[in-house]
Amino acid sequence: MNRHLKRKIFILFIILAMAVLLGIFKGSVNISFDKLFLKENQPILYLRIFRILTAIIAGGGLAVSGIVLQSILRNSLAEPYLLGTSSGAGLGAVIALVIGVSRIYLPAAAFIGAMLSIILVYALARQNNKIPEQSLILAGVIVSVALSAIIVFLVSISGDEALHGLTWWLWGSFQVYDFKLLFAVTLIVVFGVLAVYIFAQDLNAISTGEEEAVHLGIDVESTKKILLLITSLITASLVCICGIIGFVGLMIPHMMRMIVGPNHKILIPTSVIAAAIFMVACDTISRTIFPPLEIPIGVITAILGAPVFIILLKRKQRAK
Amino acid sequence: MDTIFKINHISAGYRRQAIIKDISLEIKKGDFIGIIGPNGSGKTTLLRSMSRVLLPLKGNIMLEGKDISGTNLKEFCQRVAFVAQDTAINFPFSVLEVVLMGRIPHLKRLQAESKKDIAIAENALIMTDSLYLKEKSIDEMSSGERQRVIIAKALAQEPILLFLDEPTSHLDIGHQIQILDLLKRLNRKNNLTIVMVLHDLNLASEYCNRIVLFNEGRIFKEGLPREVLTYQNIEAVYKTVVVVNDNPISSKPYVVLVSKEK
Repeated sequence: MNRHLKRKIFILFIILAMAVLLGIFKGSVNISFDKLFLKENQPILYLRIFRILTAIIAGGGLAVSGIVLQSILRNSLAEPYLLGTSSGAGLGAVIALVIGVSRIYLPAAAFIGAMLSIILVYALARQNNKIPEQSLILAGVIVSVALSAIIVFLVSISGDEALHGLTWWLWGSFQVYDFKLLFAVTLIVVFGVLAVYIFAQDLNAISTGEEEAVHLGIDVESTKKILLLITSLITASLVCICGIIGFVGLMIPHMMRMIVGPNHKILIPTSVIAAAIFMVACDTISRTIFPPLEIPIGVITAILGAPVFIILLKRKQRAK
Repeated sequence: MDTIFKINHISAGYRRQAIIKDISLEIKKGDFIGIIGPNGSGKTTLLRSMSRVLLPLKGNIMLEGKDISGTNLKEFCQRVAFVAQDTAINFPFSVLEVVLMGRIPHLKRLQAESKKDIAIAENALIMTDSLYLKEKSIDEMSSGERQRVIIAKALAQEPILLFLDEPTSHLDIGHQIQILDLLKRLNRKNNLTIVMVLHDLNLASEYCNRIVLFNEGRIFKEGLPREVLTYQNIEAVYKTVVVVNDNPISSKPYVVLVSKEK
């Protein structure tokens, strides 16, 4: 690692620390700095800390999922939300809740939903054994909209009060509702991100072309399968704790590619930190902009992310 | 000269349907072989099975006496490098980063490139006259420059064998000659063995010491340019009328096309 890069990572960590501090001290309830540490305010302090942890985990996981999909598909527009993976995971989890499965098995149900949605999107997008860029995004968005509609349908016909409260799945939230689940998901995401990093070199080669990677001695087919499995697992587990959050996996890797370049050995760690900063900041905005109301996190990321998507799409069209 | 690569009666294709049938070929150290033939005659399929992208349906291929299907893919890629027709890279990797990827077969997982790897990559850039592109982004250069960088990446693998699939088909004649002169120089000076699929019969004649003429999935004729590039062979395979002269400078055979319309 060169000095330049170390400095960039250091700066990113400082920004993250500032974002975390801001997130702890700002909230829908206004409590001054010194009073936050009083015993009576401890629940609020803990709640905020766990929210921020959720935001950091979500940011890192979504950014890495986006990076992997972009590299494997050689398409900078790919990310779990736009490919319908998040919605598939959300539907899996909601079905499991309707049936009445214990919450700790939610990630498994979400994972099945994510895998099925990936298979569906691939089947829809494939034309003569090839997956054209535009048709992939189109298939992903269609599947995403359709699956989200089924989620809304299930939520609205279920009489269950608890499920009615679950419409937040669709736009995401960092409200912690189950600590055991948060712990399990944190483990999955941390190990998932580390596992992806082991493949950083392979991702570099694969992002220049699949056959190019074969000529560099990489077993592309199994590498792709392993990586898709890991990203589905990350996406699915995240959906279980914070619902569907779009565009983060698109925006952050794109920004970081402009700042540090496309080399995955550098892109992965910097994107993880940058996405964590972004999520913590978005969460702080969502809690403080109209207190005591909370803006769903996915609304903020979509408002910020859609323009980035349009810029990328326009640039692609110009390149042709 | 020693045989370093030997193809024994292979058949290969897609979906169990053989496109090339019963091909045998010996490649000797220092060879510069041109594979020519009409579209769809199986040239690229042969090259793909030679570089382990495609598994042969029948037969085997030996690299330095060892069956390549039994060797580790990374070890194979330390010996054999491949340059495709046109490598479009969507991400803004710098030229040095791309060439350093040629070191992947020599590196372990998570192992960072050493000073030696960087020196090898820079040397590969020097050999292809493209060191000045080092810091540039691969997605914003001309196809001629990009092809030189891709060849530099292949050289960074430090191969003994280099396969190329129509490396000049997207280039104008100036850049074609530049790339082929470069390959000739690597062949002579570095004793790099080269096998290349080419469309242009005259470029094949000019640069290759041996030519393999493909037709309908089989080797029609193999030998010196003068033996293969006769008007009888070409008319039989390409179904078109040609005249074969000598190039006045190199005195290699030179194929002239004849239109059927007067």
